[in-house]
Amino acid sequence: MTASLDPTLVARPSLAFTPRTAFTAALLVILALFPLYSLVTGNTFVLTLFTRVLILAIGAVSLNLIMGYGGMVSFGHAAYLGIGGYAVGILAKEGIGSGFVQWPVAVAASALYALVVGALSLRTRGVYFIMITLAFAQMIYYVAIGLDRYGGDDGLTIYKRSDFAGLIDLNNKTLFYYLCFAILLASIYLISRLVNSRFGLAIRGTRSNERRMRAIGFPTVRYKLAAFVIAGALCGLAGALLANHTNFISPALMHWTRSGDLIVMVVLGGLGSLFGPVIGAVTFLLLQEGLSRFTEYPDLILGPILLLVAIYVHGGIGGLLEGRRGG
Amino acid sequence: MCTAASAVCLKGGVVASALLQTERLTRRFGGVVAADRIALDIAPNEVHAVIGPNGAGKTTLIGLLSGEIAPQEGSIRFDGADITRLPVYRRSQLGLARSFQITSLFRDFTALDNVALAVQAHCGHSFRFWRDARYEDELRKPAFAALERVGLKERAAVRVDKLSHGEHRQLEIAMALATGPRLLLLDEPMAGMGPEESARMVRMLRELKGNVTILLIEHDMEAVFALADRLTVLVYGRIIASGEPEAIRADAAVRQAYLGEKESAGEGKRHG
Repeated sequence: MTASLDPTLVARPSLAFTPRTAFTAALLVILALFPLYSLVTGNTFVLTLFTRVLILAIGAVSLNLIMGYGGMVSFGHAAYLGIGGYAVGILAKEGIGSGFVQWPVAVAASALYALVVGALSLRTRGVYFIMITLAFAQMIYYVAIGLDRYGGDDGLTIYKRSDFAGLIDLNNKTLFYYLCFAILLASIYLISRLVNSRFGLAIRGTRSNERRMRAIGFPTVRYKLAAFVIAGALCGLAGALLANHTNFISPALMHWTRSGDLIVMVVLGGLGSLFGPVIGAVTFLLLQEGLSRFTEYPDLILGPILLLVAIYVHGGIGGLLEGRRGG
Repeated sequence: MCTAASAVCLKGGVVASALLQTERLTRRFGGVVAADRIALDIAPNEVHAVIGPNGAGKTTLIGLLSGEIAPQEGSIRFDGADITRLPVYRRSQLGLARSFQITSLFRDFTALDNVALAVQAHCGHSFRFWRDARYEDELRKPAFAALERVGLKERAAVRVDKLSHGEHRQLEIAMALATGPRLLLLDEPMAGMGPEESARMVRMLRELKGNVTILLIEHDMEAVFALADRLTVLVYGRIIASGEPEAIRADAAVRQAYLGEKESAGEGKRHG
């Protein structure tokens, strides 16, 4: 090795053909082809199910930024789904149907909420952080229940999907599916840039060893806060998509169990891997859907599966495909 | 090239002789006084060693100086400016770098990534979201140079958890150096090292001597006497002696409190 900078010093995951990349590629191709399948067979249920999968995958991707790369286990991530969804629902009810207004409001409101929650919670760590994020999400949940004008506990039907002035018709299921798919891919690309930038290395270093980060001169809290806000904003967008998908919002959007679901998706797919959350979301939601056909208690089977993955597989399903096992 | 911490002019001029100065620095933990009215003066470019038996408060002192522990009384001046209340990262940005007694690295990063992060910390803010930081010469080159300085350049691309203990210690120093520090706080850099590794570390620190001011906390007396320009002896959080190595060696109180027991444990043979 010479004194000059060797490119091999840039240690990065290789793009070589591994079972993992093959699996990810196959999954993406299948996801891209679903609308065709449903067009040919006339099976719209599959399309509806997978639109939901894609939207929750966006939520999981955003959670992965703070949890997988930043080491911040937020147990209140579903709050952003709710805030994004309610932004769309409330504006629709008040007669503002334009997506150009609804969606930016959904994102901005989520970012603002993240800023407040983050500023108050990021000085704590571990269990305390988990509890504070959960407490805030519960607060928002009960606020939503209290919104009598917007359906309170029963929720609110959205009669008109976000209107993009003829640019894209969200009532077209195929188009809506591809919009969600495109947003998912764009978020993954965004995260891939983010986590390898200076900002990304700062939050990954903080996850690895926050004390040392401060000792070498990083004001760690402000970088964590920025990551927290970015993740919240992205999940808020997922919330706006979800409201459009179901044409309905209710406090259940942000029930704490849904925050748990998002965590499970991220862990299942592999913490801190780019496509892990997608793999996790697909696996989790398909298992949930499939098991609920055989039994009234799908969680009874789902639970032990998750337990096994958590105990025996490091790096989730993505890690399993690379042959990584727990000790 | 980022040298945020360098090229700072001396303020005031009156106390320009001391780079770091503490006054009546006190920290109690419950009933234990870990730092008892510490008055320390560190001159530019000297290697100042702090020695003392276990529990003397040496690591507390490093914690106070680096900002991890807040003092209950007293003040710390760095380059003429009062830094007593500054947070850790601000002190680091002013040029106070520390290494850790218990290796404290980013284990899932490579050696070069570790040092590059230290460079990045002193290279403006890190709200840069798009460019791949691992391809930025501005970060990688100084990091690589710091690894070269401590003799680790061959191991640059190796993940930290694959490095040996001795290499971890070298990497600790490289990270501290990479920030272009004006004062290095080294907390037992030789801890857990074999004689060969220790000797290599002493050689390395010797090469740094004169270019950077070092506050060295160390148990290895051989290393301390080989490196230090001045020594301060700490017992129960209090300074009992301070001065040139020869004066410390001759000091009766020091011999009784500390060196005596060390020498009977075999140090005498080496020093003679």
